[in-house]
Amino acid sequence: MIELEHINKHFGDRHVTKDFSCQFEQGKTNLIIGESGSGKTVLLKCMVGLTKVDSGKVLYDGRDFLNMRHKEKQNLRKEIGMLFQGGALFDSKTVEENIIFPLSMFTDMTVEEQIERANFCLGKVNLKNVNHLYPSEISGGMKKRVAIARAIAPSPKYLFCDEPNSGLDPKTSIVIDKLIKDITTEFNITTIVITHDMNSVMEIGDKVVFIYNQQKWWEGDKDTILSADNKELLDFIYVSKFLKELRARQGK
Amino acid sequence: MMTRVFSKPEKMSVYRNEFLFEIENLGLNSLSIVSIISLFMGAVITIQAAYGFNNPWVPLYAVGVTTRDSTILEFSPTIVSLVLAGKVGSNVASEIGTMRVTEQIDALEMMGVNSSSFLTLPKVLACMVINPFLIIISMFLGIFGGWALGLLSHVITSYQYIYGIQFEFIPFNVTSALIKTVVFAFIIVSVSAYHGYHTEGGALEVGRSSTKAVVYCSILILIFDFVLAKLLLVQA
Repeated sequence: MIELEHINKHFGDRHVTKDFSCQFEQGKTNLIIGESGSGKTVLLKCMVGLTKVDSGKVLYDGRDFLNMRHKEKQNLRKEIGMLFQGGALFDSKTVEENIIFPLSMFTDMTVEEQIERANFCLGKVNLKNVNHLYPSEISGGMKKRVAIARAIAPSPKYLFCDEPNSGLDPKTSIVIDKLIKDITTEFNITTIVITHDMNSVMEIGDKVVFIYNQQKWWEGDKDTILSADNKELLDFIYVSKFLKELRARQGK
Repeated sequence: MMTRVFSKPEKMSVYRNEFLFEIENLGLNSLSIVSIISLFMGAVITIQAAYGFNNPWVPLYAVGVTTRDSTILEFSPTIVSLVLAGKVGSNVASEIGTMRVTEQIDALEMMGVNSSSFLTLPKVLACMVINPFLIIISMFLGIFGGWALGLLSHVITSYQYIYGIQFEFIPFNVTSALIKTVVFAFIIVSVSAYHGYHTEGGALEVGRSSTKAVVYCSILILIFDFVLAKLLLVQA
């Protein structure tokens, strides 16, 4: 479980995260949604320590991450898998080398075991015969899947995904969402996904947190979100004219 | 940042592989440019020395002495290091800068890797090890270039040139050149890595970091060239 307590973050005069508190449970896909610029990615980076918070606590199963020493933080990060918005695959390494990198760095696995694990993870994300290709030689969707494979290779306890569907077509987006959901359930990890894709919310949103005006505005799940009594949330969901008309026809 | 760069590596075998890769990437891949520059540098020194010593009171073997000392003391360690600051420095700064703006460094940090050490230490050590070899090759090629062009252009005979390059040779000059080379190698990689690591923004900023790295490296090399020349040669 990951708990956030009163997280605040400023960039100069701009208050980008206002008193954010929330709990994210193990074995569930927790989605943080909101408009562009609402502070979702900053919040995610605060959680993992890539951005320094001004005040507040981040607890990983009760362990106070922000008050840890650098070495302790490094050790805890070995339990974290992260999928970056652009994939952040290492350009100079092949797909296979990307996946085995954290294993070669922090485990005593033999090269054969590392390759076996890489193939297992690639299988999980439905990729075959790409081991020796470089990131520049594969498509955007494949990059995302390789990034997921790399994130799960060291068997993390926590998985963070920053807009996993950005730049992908709807069909591939659903595949990626399903992958994240399956991995979360199968390995019983705590997953936090940053997104503004409503398809993702309806597919995998075990828990949904809506950020508006740099603060937590609504909290619920995919079953309650459409009937929520929250104007800003509904404006966010029913953003297109088509959806608004559809909703009006349904009399909501 | 330097404390983190020189902290204990997470896994020695991974760092050793990176070190060997950088030996080839930053060192051996610079061999062709170093060779071309050194050959022409030696040739030009010989021609200019012969032109300057066109005086019956100055023995012709002085051309060999001048080519040898200029090449060993200054041209090979300093000029070649300045060229390497352009080639290796911009390579290191742009590579690390691109990794920064594409979140690859964040990805390393998220894996629990000490990114500053992982990205910098193998490169620094590789350059400090391989650059002295490059400079020794450069010295030989510079002196060879002087001999070859001296003969081709008939400004000096082979005997006079070879006599000149052996005349009152001080082996410590080579040692001092290699000490300078090691210091310059450290400057080239550490300064470039610093600028790359602290890049913020996009492609434009990566370009700026790369340019800044080359400029700072060049200035620092010239300053340290003066300081080391004073320290090493005055004491010698």
